[in-house]
Amino acid sequence: MRELVVIGNGMVGHRLVQALCDRDSTGAWHVTVLGEEARPAYDRVALSSYVDGVSAEDLTLPGLAVDLHLGDPAVAIDRDARRVTTEGGRVLPYDALVLATGSVPFVPPVPGRDLPGCFVYRTLDDLDAIKAAAADAVARPGPGRRSAVVVGGGLLGLEAARALRSLGLSPQVVEIAPRLMPVQVDEGGGALLRRLVESPSGSHAGLAVRCGVSVEGIVRDRDRLVATLSDGVELDADVVVFSAGIRPADALARAAGLVTGERGGVFVDDRCRTSDEHVWAIGEVAALQGRTYGLVAPGYAMAEVVADRLLGGRATMTPAELDMSTRLKMLGVDVASFGDAQATTPGALEVVVNDPVAGTYAKLVISDDARTLLGGVLVGDASRYAALRPLVGSPLPADPVALIAPGGVELGADALPDSAQICSCNAVTKGAIGQAIADGADTVPALKACTRAGTSCGSCVPLLKKLLIDSGVQVSTALCEHFGQSRAELFEIVAGTGIRTFSELVSRFGRGRGCDICKPAVASILASQGAGHVHDGEQAALQDTNDHFLANLQRNGTYSVVPRLAGGEVTPEGLIVIGEVARDFGLYTKITGGQRIDMFGARVEQLPAIWRRLVDAGFESGHAYGKSLRTVKSCVGTTWCRYGVQDSVGLAVALELRYRGLRAPHKLKSGVSGCARECAEARSKDFGIIATEEGWNLYVGGNGGFTPRHAELLASDLDTETLVRYLDRYLMFYVRTADRLQRTAPWIESLEGGLDHLRAVVVEDSLGIGADLEAAMEAHVGSYADEWRGVLEDEEKLSRFVSFVNAPDTPDPLVRTREERGQPVPVALGMPGVGA
Amino acid sequence: MTAVETSVHWTTVCPLGRLLPERGVAALVGDVQVAIFRLHDGSVRAVGNVDPFSGAAVISRGIVGDRGGVPTVASPVYKQVFGLLDGRCLDDADVSLPTYPVRIRYGHLDVGLPW
Ligand code: SRM
Ligand SMILES: Cc1cc2nc3c(=O)[nH]c(=O)nc-3n(C[C@H](O)[C@H](O)[C@H](O)COP(=O)(O)OP(=O)(O)OC[C@H]3O[C@@H](n4cnc5c(N)ncnc54)[C@H](O)[C@@H]3O)c2cc1C
Ligand code: SF4
Ligand code: FES
Repeated sequence: MRELVVIGNGMVGHRLVQALCDRDSTGAWHVTVLGEEARPAYDRVALSSYVDGVSAEDLTLPGLAVDLHLGDPAVAIDRDARRVTTEGGRVLPYDALVLATGSVPFVPPVPGRDLPGCFVYRTLDDLDAIKAAAADAVARPGPGRRSAVVVGGGLLGLEAARALRSLGLSPQVVEIAPRLMPVQVDEGGGALLRRLVESPSGSHAGLAVRCGVSVEGIVRDRDRLVATLSDGVELDADVVVFSAGIRPADALARAAGLVTGERGGVFVDDRCRTSDEHVWAIGEVAALQGRTYGLVAPGYAMAEVVADRLLGGRATMTPAELDMSTRLKMLGVDVASFGDAQATTPGALEVVVNDPVAGTYAKLVISDDARTLLGGVLVGDASRYAALRPLVGSPLPADPVALIAPGGVELGADALPDSAQICSCNAVTKGAIGQAIADGADTVPALKACTRAGTSCGSCVPLLKKLLIDSGVQVSTALCEHFGQSRAELFEIVAGTGIRTFSELVSRFGRGRGCDICKPAVASILASQGAGHVHDGEQAALQDTNDHFLANLQRNGTYSVVPRLAGGEVTPEGLIVIGEVARDFGLYTKITGGQRIDMFGARVEQLPAIWRRLVDAGFESGHAYGKSLRTVKSCVGTTWCRYGVQDSVGLAVALELRYRGLRAPHKLKSGVSGCARECAEARSKDFGIIATEEGWNLYVGGNGGFTPRHAELLASDLDTETLVRYLDRYLMFYVRTADRLQRTAPWIESLEGGLDHLRAVVVEDSLGIGADLEAAMEAHVGSYADEWRGVLEDEEKLSRFVSFVNAPDTPDPLVRTREERGQPVPVALGMPGVGA
Repeated sequence: MTAVETSVHWTTVCPLGRLLPERGVAALVGDVQVAIFRLHDGSVRAVGNVDPFSGAAVISRGIVGDRGGVPTVASPVYKQVFGLLDGRCLDDADVSLPTYPVRIRYGHLDVGLPW
């Protein structure tokens, strides 16, 4: 047996040992690992989740059966004798040595950087120290929020700032470069990024940012620190975190006389071998052909290469594995950069589309002949990242401006060369996917199973779909493997045959036992045709978890509760009841984007008691969980507003009560504004109504969400009765003919003749089905009953609301909360692992 | 079967009648969360209740069905599908749920956990 010594037990060292153990079937190597940190290897990429309550155990990587010496760093390498000496005095002979010592944070040499209260951001121990200091600061009496200074506005600095905010401090980010994330984005992108992270609204961070200045010194002032900036500004801080970059941890290698890269790091060739044939280097400490890589994916690729080489293989690093493209969704801001984002290629041209109003910035870098895509930057909306990144190095498929302009060309997958990487998480090329399709994979799940593409971050799944369609695989209208029919066809079958159970439908018109696609779709069809309570009989087994517990599933397995507040109206008594319920059950409470109140964190076994109180106070289900009518938002209209021309609240309440409980292919939203100022944002709704002097204008097919659309005018100046008749027809026509999970805008687009055809059906009754549609809606309105009341009045249905069948009142032990801004919020559950 | 019987510890969780066809329930056996499903053919299957993708204990609340004839449950969080016979995730070959033996005695359901 030969001796392998691995110095460094970080992410990449761990991966090497794992890969070697997996493949070393003959036991060729005896492995010893030295770790400087006292804990077993953990997921450093997910380090920041530690402040959100993810435990050190959750972050720990799987244990390995090797000789592991933790807390005992290597201090010397004797290359002639092939021996490593550790701080604790161990002397370990080796046949092969792997350096996986990673990086150390770079701390600029400013006076005061060693004062208590100054930290770096790299290890769990660092975070423990930061947490303790933040807790001390927050506990100290005195007015105002405690503050922090983050030195460095790169990827890590922004992450650290977010973590400090989670710990209750107000962070200020100081960046010496003129923009944030100077390595990944360019000036224009950086300017927008800054605006987005500074914006206090919504999910964005509300950080304070200072660019173009540096920290000149830090001094202690009683129990706080004061950081002086190069422009003379002084910032008070309880905590200072340095995240001004990293340097390869190459001191040991230098002392041993190994060749290092010009800018640091242990020089290795494309086999990851150093200047000594018995010594390898991988991960952040390695300077591959002279260049270091500060991301984990290239490090993993190096680990695989060395594992292969140690077992006699011939693997080398390929350029594709050194992809430095990054996309991060951090602080709620979408940022991506790929390829030569900084346009360093000689002669490179840049094409920029900057939309400060929409808050998006996009840049493509192209070759001097304007033919080849070299790289790009996307800020604010990175949805085109998946399609653009694989194109790097390939001919441009279209005019570059059109590729990034809002509403510009959608990239077909046919534009990509076979060598293009479709899934960067798992390094799967278009060629490999084409092969899998040729070998018979004809669905996205099949492609995932045989290529692993799409199984990590999921951002490539839309491209997988396009590749399937382009390759001529019949993407049929079949609902799923159990039904060859489309949703609309099944709707007609159910209407025509009177079938009332899934079992009968699937045995007569489908095959198998259904799945999570067809079961909820059939449940919705049955509900639209008056099949009674959604939990009656076999229907209970068709509902997804939201419809099964009549509440919205949250990430930790608890649910949220939304009572209906028709039109957004609520009485003071109603508000008090909601407040009391939330208080008594310990629920997090928030005003929603739909003009109502959501209470989060209810456990299954609490739902009946919560709803008993709400129903007793006159509330009913708000159907926030269903593919059904959600809200009809309103503005105050003539009742209060000086400009209102109709009673918008009155109409909104009437419409919400008319269409409540209507199950549809997707959720339905509405709004009513009292005049053309449109304060209810009606035109962003599936049906929006705007008051005119004469009556109402009806707009259809609007939505917010991923692809926002403005609703379009269907008919104008309607009296209320005509408006309701048109709405009955429009909604029922949608319920009958739309595809599963198709909202009204794409549905209208899919109708032959589009909006004009819809207008003919609804206004002119061109198909002669107007009366039929109205009757169907009348039947729905007449049979409406509150679903929650239905559960509370039925012992059998109630008996399903238990946490455990054998311990009905025992709370799920995994659900834990912590406090944020005075309210309970979930402690994050174990994070999914990092994709290779 | 005897080999299995000696290596597991049986706990009675509920009367069989508590299980609706093709709908799950969760049970707490010691500190292990188990998801139990009664399939269309009347057979009963038990797997781990914790969804490996989200960490939430919710597998019992997923929709039961089949893929190519193999009985399955879909996680209600991010919708990955798991085979109910062997616990394997059909969308990611590296992931699986633990499976537990079950038996029906005197109209009650027992779940077996390793000693
Ligand atoms: C609670 C709320 C956010 C808030 O705190 O304000 C919310 C929360 C969720 N939204 Fe939303 N949306 C909420 C208002 C909105 C709005 C604003 C509005 O309604 O005016 C929009 C944009 C308007 C629109 O829908 O067109 C919105 C666009 C979405 C979308 C994107 C839809 C699209 O067509 O692209 C989804 C995803 C989906 O439905 O597939 C979504 C899905 C969700 C889900 C259901 C995601 C999920 O499966 O967990 C969230 C859980 C709800 C819950 O109660 O647990 N939510 N969501 C809002 C509830 C409103 C209500 O009272 O019912
Ligand atoms: C907060 C944070 C967020 C990040 N986010 C991302 C991200 O989103 N995406 C991404 O790709 N990358 C990210 N990274 C970078 C990623 O963590 C690193 O690329 C990766 O950890 C490198 O692995 P490594 O094994 O080379 O180094 P490390 O994981 O740092 O491991 C090196 C180990 O060697 C030990 N060591 C050093 N010297 C000795 C010695 N003489 N003897 C024994 N042991 C020694 C060190 O203590 C350390 O434990 C992030 C990093 C941080 C800190
Ligand atoms: S939409 Fe018109 S009526 Fe309604 S609040 Fe705005 S200005 Fe007033
Ligand atoms: S790019 Fe395919 S899963 Fe992330």
